[in-house]
Parts: sequence; C-alpha cells; structure tokens
Amino acid sequence: MRADLAVIGAGPAGLAASLAAAARGVRVALVDAGPEAGGQFYRQPAPALGSARHQGRTWRRLREGLDRHIAAGRIHHLKDHHVWCVERESAGFAVHALLGPEQEEPVVVRAAAVLLATGAHEKVLPFPGWTLPGVVTAGGAQALLKGGLVVPGRRAVVAGTGPLLLPVATGLAAAGTTVAALVESADPGRFARGARALAAEPGKAVEAAGYGARLLRHRVRVLVRHTVVAAEGADRLTGVAVAALDADGRVRPGTERRIPCDCLAVGHGLLPHTDLAETLGCRVDGGRVGVDDEQRTDVPGVWAAGEATGVGGAALALAEGHLAGGSIAARLAGAAPDPRGGEHAAERRAALRRFAAALDRAYAPRAGWAERITDDTVVCRCEEVRAGAVREAVHELGAGDLRTVKLLTRAGMGWCQGRMCGTAVAGIAGCPETVTRRPFARPVPLGVLAREPEEGRRPEQGRPQPQQDELG
Amino acid sequence: MNPLSRMWPGPAFTVTFDGRPIEARPGWTVAAALWAAGIVSWRTTRFEGRPRGVLCGIGVCFDCLVTVNDRPNQRACLVPVRPGDVIRTQEGTGHAG
Amino acid sequence: MTERLTCDVVVVGAGMVGAACAWYAARAGLDVVLVDRGPVAGGTTGTGEGNLLVSDKAPGPELELALLSLALWAELAEELGPAVEYEAKGGVVVASAPEGLAALSDFAAGQRAAGVSAVEVAADGLHELEPRLAQGLAGGVLYPQDCQVMPTLAAAHLVRASGVRLLTGRTVTKVPRTPRGAVRGVRTDRGTIHAGAVVNAAGTWGGELAERAGVRLPVLPRRGFVLVTEPLPRTVRHKVYAADYVADVASDSAALQTSPVVEGTAGGPVLIGASRERVGFDRSFSLPAVRALAAGATRLFPFLERVRAMRAYLGFRPYLPDHLPAIGADPRAPGLFHACGHEGAGIGLATGTGQLIARLLSGGVPELDLAPFRPERFEEEAR
Repeated sequence: MRADLAVIGAGPAGLAASLAAAARGVRVALVDAGPEAGGQFYRQPAPALGSARHQGRTWRRLREGLDRHIAAGRIHHLKDHHVWCVERESAGFAVHALLGPEQEEPVVVRAAAVLLATGAHEKVLPFPGWTLPGVVTAGGAQALLKGGLVVPGRRAVVAGTGPLLLPVATGLAAAGTTVAALVESADPGRFARGARALAAEPGKAVEAAGYGARLLRHRVRVLVRHTVVAAEGADRLTGVAVAALDADGRVRPGTERRIPCDCLAVGHGLLPHTDLAETLGCRVDGGRVGVDDEQRTDVPGVWAAGEATGVGGAALALAEGHLAGGSIAARLAGAAPDPRGGEHAAERRAALRRFAAALDRAYAPRAGWAERITDDTVVCRCEEVRAGAVREAVHELGAGDLRTVKLLTRAGMGWCQGRMCGTAVAGIAGCPETVTRRPFARPVPLGVLAREPEEGRRPEQGRPQPQQDELG
Repeated sequence: MNPLSRMWPGPAFTVTFDGRPIEARPGWTVAAALWAAGIVSWRTTRFEGRPRGVLCGIGVCFDCLVTVNDRPNQRACLVPVRPGDVIRTQEGTGHAG
Repeated sequence: MTERLTCDVVVVGAGMVGAACAWYAARAGLDVVLVDRGPVAGGTTGTGEGNLLVSDKAPGPELELALLSLALWAELAEELGPAVEYEAKGGVVVASAPEGLAALSDFAAGQRAAGVSAVEVAADGLHELEPRLAQGLAGGVLYPQDCQVMPTLAAAHLVRASGVRLLTGRTVTKVPRTPRGAVRGVRTDRGTIHAGAVVNAAGTWGGELAERAGVRLPVLPRRGFVLVTEPLPRTVRHKVYAADYVADVASDSAALQTSPVVEGTAGGPVLIGASRERVGFDRSFSLPAVRALAAGATRLFPFLERVRAMRAYLGFRPYLPDHLPAIGADPRAPGLFHACGHEGAGIGLATGTGQLIARLLSGGVPELDLAPFRPERFEEEAR
C-alpha cells in the first residue's frame, strides 16, 4: 500500500504522531507488530476477551481518536506487521514487514515520509544464574501479567534498577503473587529528596508516592543499594542471593543473604530500538536516534519520536509524537510547522526530558557492576559465551572493540543479535558500547528476502480534509 | 493453573505440551499458556543443553523459542495459542540434524 | 603517550596477512612489531568468510601462490589447533546447464594441469556430496583442496602464537625515509618505531600507507555483502557455488555482481557471500545486493527459502587493477615491503604471502617468482 506517512510503532509516540498528522490531512499507515494498538505501555488484551481493564483518560482519548481516523480512512492501522527494514527509494521509502505471528509473509508499505516510533526494550546486566528458567525481565513479567493475567510464579523478587521496578512489584503483588523483596541497586530516596526536576513534575511525585503506598500495603520489603549477586537453582529458579552495595557500587562483605523465590523479575533500564534508523543512515548518538526540535532525523523524510530518541516515559513520548506529527504534516505540504500549535508540547517535552535526565543519573548502574560478573557467568545467552571468554579476547587476543570481541567469542552473534548482551559485553571488555549495525531489525526468511516485493493493494483514493486536532 | 489466570475471560481450551494436555485461554500467547500451567522451560540450548523459557516477554531476546505444530523457532511470547496446538520442547537449533 | 621502540621489522596491519607476515618473520628470527590503528582483524579480515580456495583460480601466478598457501595453512592449522576452526571441507562448483558445465570442465582441466585436484561430478553424483542441493543441475566439479578457516580467530591466534609485540589502536602517520630514500621505521600518533624494514599489510588501506611512505600503490575497495542465517545443524557440507562465480571474481565490471558461495560454519549459521561492487568506501546497506545473494543461494539450496537470515554485513576487498596482490620489496623505497591487495582471497593467500615476505626480509630466495606481484608494476603502466 501507499501512504503519505508510515508510522512505525503504535505505542504512545506513534499514536500521538498518527493522530496529529491525520488531523492535518496526512494519510497515515500505522505499522505495528502488536495485535492491538498501545505498544508496551498501553498493552491491550485481545478484543475477544472483552476484559474491562482500567483504562486511563489519555489512552481513551488516543483510542477514540484512532478509531475515528480509521473510520474516516485517514489512518490505516496495520496490525501484526513486523518491520524488518526501511529502505530509501528514489521517491520516499519502502517499509518492509512480515505478517505476524509466524512472520513468513512479506508486506511492503510505501510512503513519502517515515516516523520511527520503535520504542525500547529492557536491559539486563548478567549475574550468575540469570539464565535459569524463572528469571524474567521486569517488563516481561509485566507483559505476562497485562497480556493474560498470568503471574510468573508464586513468590517473586523484583530486582535491578530504575523506575519500572515499582509498577512491576505492585502489579505482581496486586495479582496475588508474594513479592518477597524489591531489590534496587540505586538509592532513589536521594533522588526524590534532592531533585528539582521532581518538583517540576508534581504528577510524577504523586505517581511515585502511590507506588510507595501500595508496596507498604502489600508488605513488600524494599532493599535499596542492594543487588542480586546470584540466582540459584538446578533447572529452575529456587532463590536469589542478595547483598548490600557500598558507595562505590561494590558488594559489602558479609551482607549476603538468600531469599527463596520461584520468579525473579529483573531489569536495569531500557535501551532504545535504533536498528531501522541506523540502517537508514540516521545519526545515532549514545544509543539513541538524533533528532532536531521538530523530531526530524538528519535523513530527509525520516522523523523519530518516543523512546527511540532517548528513554523518557510515555508522557514524553506523547509530546514528541505530537510535535513530530505536526512537523510532518507541515513539511509534507512544503511549509514550516505552525509554532502556536506546538508551544505547549515543546515546553512539556523540555520539562519531561529534564526529568528523564535526572532519573537517568539517579538510576545509572553503579560502577563495579562489570567486575562482579564472574568468569564462568554466561553473558551471551544465545551463543552461551561466558565472561571469561570475553576477557580473554581483550587481554590475550587483541580485541579492542565490541565487534572484534563478537567475532572472537561469538557473543552477540545469536538469535537476538546482541540486543540482550551488548551492554554487558562492552562493560566486561571495557570498550565503548558502539552502535551495532543490524540491517535486519528482525530475522527474515531467505525466501522472502530473495523476492522483489510486490506492492499490496492501494487504499482508498483521495485526500481527506484536515480535521480539528484532538491532542493540541 | 494459578487462580488469577482462571479469572481471564473466555472459554478455556486444550493444547498439548510434549504430549500432555494443558489448558489455555483465548488471547493468550503460548508463553502465557505454559506459564499458567506451571511450565517455565521449553527449550534446551544447542551447546550445553540447558533449559530456557521466557526472558524479555516482548519478542526481543529469542530465549523462548519453541516448536509449535512442527514449526520450530517460534517465539512463545509472541505467538497466540490456538485450540489444538501441539507444542513441543525445542532442542538445539530446532531443525532436524 | 609517546614511546620509542626499536625492532627489525614493523608490520603495519594486524589483519590476516599482517599476522602471517609477523609470524613467518618472527620464525625467521627477526624482532617484529605489529601495529594497527584498530584492533586485531578490525578491517577486511573481520568481514571475510575465510575462503582458502584453489577452485576459483585459473592457472597462473595467483594459483601458484594459492597452492603454496594451502600447504602452509595445513601446517598452521596443526600448530594452532581447533580454535581457528580450520576445515578441509572441499569445494563443489556446480553448473546449471550443459553449456556451463562444458566451460567448467575445460576450466578444471586447465587447473589439473597446474597441479589442482579437480574431480568431475556427474549430475547424479551431486546429491551424494550435497544432499540438499537443488534438483536438475547439469553437474559439477569437486575441489578437495578448498578449505575454510574463521579469519578473525585465525589472525588473533596467529599473532598470539607468534609472540611478536602487538600495538593496537595506533595509526601510522608517516613512514620516514633517510636522505638516500631508505625507510627508517614508522611514526604513529603514539610514538615512533625504528626499524630498517616496514611491511605494508594494510589491506584495503594499503594505498594510503604507501602514500605515507611517498610511493604510489593503487589499492581500491570492492564492496561485498555477506548474509548470515540462523544456526542450523550441519546441512551444507562443502563450499558450494555456481560456476558463474569464477567469472565474477575475474570481472572488471563496477556493477553489482552476485554469484553466492554457500557454506555451513562450525558455529552453526550458513554463510552466503558475497556480492561484488565498486562503490568506494560506501558503508550504506543495500537491500538489492543482499536480495540477489538470497535469490542465488535459494536457487542452489531450495531448503534455505524458509531459513531465516539473521544479519548481513559488508566489507571492502582490496584490489589492484590487474587483480593480483602486491608482494615484495619496493625498489622506490628501500626497506619497504608490500603485502596487500589480495582482493577477496587474502585469507587464503596470507600464509604464502607471509612466508615470501619473511624470506625476503631475511635475505633468502623466495619459493615463487615474485615478478607478477611487483609493487611498482603500475608505475610502468602509468608512463
């Protein structure tokens, strides 16, 4: 199919951008891997279930706006479309996707402009035993809970660092799982006491206080400046060993204790998805897609918004998406975006980015995490490469960057292409975490790759009239 | 099945995991059905033969690869479970040697 | 940080060719420093497939070098052990039509006369060698001498075993010369290394290094993409390619050419390489190039249709206008030796190149006539 704009990702950023652009008369193809719009943040149960989940006001507004634009033919929502490459063509872009869930049938969407709203995935830093079944990411635990009311275990420990741990712990507890402990390696109290950014975002303080109250209600023990030093069990998780950290992020001797559990939900922050941007040739700095005030990348015709441009939460993603949508509509019409419409969103974006930066500093993994990873710990889960092999590659075989470490050890060569181990391998090797080029954002069958893609049917002709913007 | 999962709406149906019947609900992924049945691992690694299950839950880590209806290397966290599915533990590459 | 070092030989470039030069020079009793601006195998070696081939080479100087190199590779593999993933797996070249098969047979006959082992395989014999090959092929030739190695591992382990001093992350900025023109070592961004001999093993960047020594060597990049599949059990046993590959390797065309070489690896994935195009050092991804590779590979092995490609990467082969490497002393700059420009065959030809260079460095007589590889040969043409 053909559209004016292909939006990749139907999370907060992609939805906000789609609505803002569609309201200004842009024909949007909203291409998303999920079976329903919402992304990871607004993960929705399948409609067949008819579950009356609590839904926030913002989500209802997005959902209604989306439905209206779909009904009017301004937005085509392409569900279960897993984008593996965006290709630059002489006039515009070809978005190559595989139809889910099997991901064997190809689809191509052509558009004059592209918005990358590809979101982020969770980072996990390895520790002995982290490959045991029963260890899931904090986001993974949340996804199972939201997507099926399935609780991953009866007694859980939530661990790692970052603001995601709070909702995961309270969510699990509310679902009836005993949350034996929330183990946070940072000291978020220090952040809350000192941060001016928090004062500027009173909504966030209220949110945090709410989680705190719920943790108390569920009698969840909170251990700050603690870390999981090992997950234990033979063929599945039976417990974790936790220990206190000193000011330098090192384990304080003698503080180690064991907590029995059958689920460990662990996460150390989020990593932006930058593969599509990188392959298009967009500038990627410090792991995030570089954008200007209008959310434009340095490749003409390509915009980016949301976590892909730097992790900052759903509210920031909405603001960025909204600005991007306005910019795209204006630029496609050969004009500059109307500054009046965007002022509020731009201010909001600036404040939220300051808040995100402050959070980032508070929750940065403490120095010393890489040294704690023992030589026999598997770091690359796919290829089963241990930390000792990474150290040998650097110290004895002359590897000096992530790529050579990969070639010498196979770390990062497996199914996930280093998405899960890249940060850890770089930390252990002591080299910078450079951008890994992944021309295929997802594995693609050779039979699909081999064929010149046929273009699907054209959607309805005619350009719809501009509409009042819902999120202005 | 844990009590909470039973609250998930929709009529339960049966699928098999390594020949053994387990209960699933419409809208669930294969991973959700397995977890709900208390099964946490459904793959063994190709070098060390270690058990693995779900890790990231959103299709990024590929740790939850499983064979569904003879189709290997399906991500259990993405693939919806359907009535009658034959789910099998996947060994190694998932392809016959 | 600056330092002053003195040694007999500075080898510039810690790729496969540099590693082999360092190894054989050290074996000859020379004190060697190996320097690279990046890590070990950070250039073309790290993007290579590790082809040690005689099958794609017509009789001539390159084939002689390949035969010498293969014999040396077998020795090295013994010495370095399984870590370098050396496999004497053999190559199978197939032809889809009778005309192609006739041309291939003629080519193989010429190779046999030059000492290559080349066994004709009838159409009905192909599936015994490669059970998953497509049906309906006309026939092929088996080359038992073709081998494979994991190039990055081979370079890194060879450097370590050689015991030479390895200085990574150091860029050579100048090759200083005496008033009479002889080289005096190299100047780097982190200090000077004094030596009476400098070996240019800078691969695709060998032209730049030559320039820093004040001589011209027209090494140019020829871009290639390689496709990597999901891990599989060993399904493809040999290096398998269609007969057109030989024509592509020898081609002078700048346009995209793809006649894929398909092979299994010790790690599990199948490698499909490699396209050839002259686009300078353009690092942008090209879907048409990898699409052509996928199309060629699935024609040879239909089962690959449903196998997933996990990644694709690119590299730059160093080529010289006549498609032969530059190996030998540079008469324009006494003490400067070149060992670069091996195009897509550098891994395979590295051992022979290293030994020839070491022979020259220690004042011996090389096993092969180096006249076809003379580094100054392009000066004469230019005049």
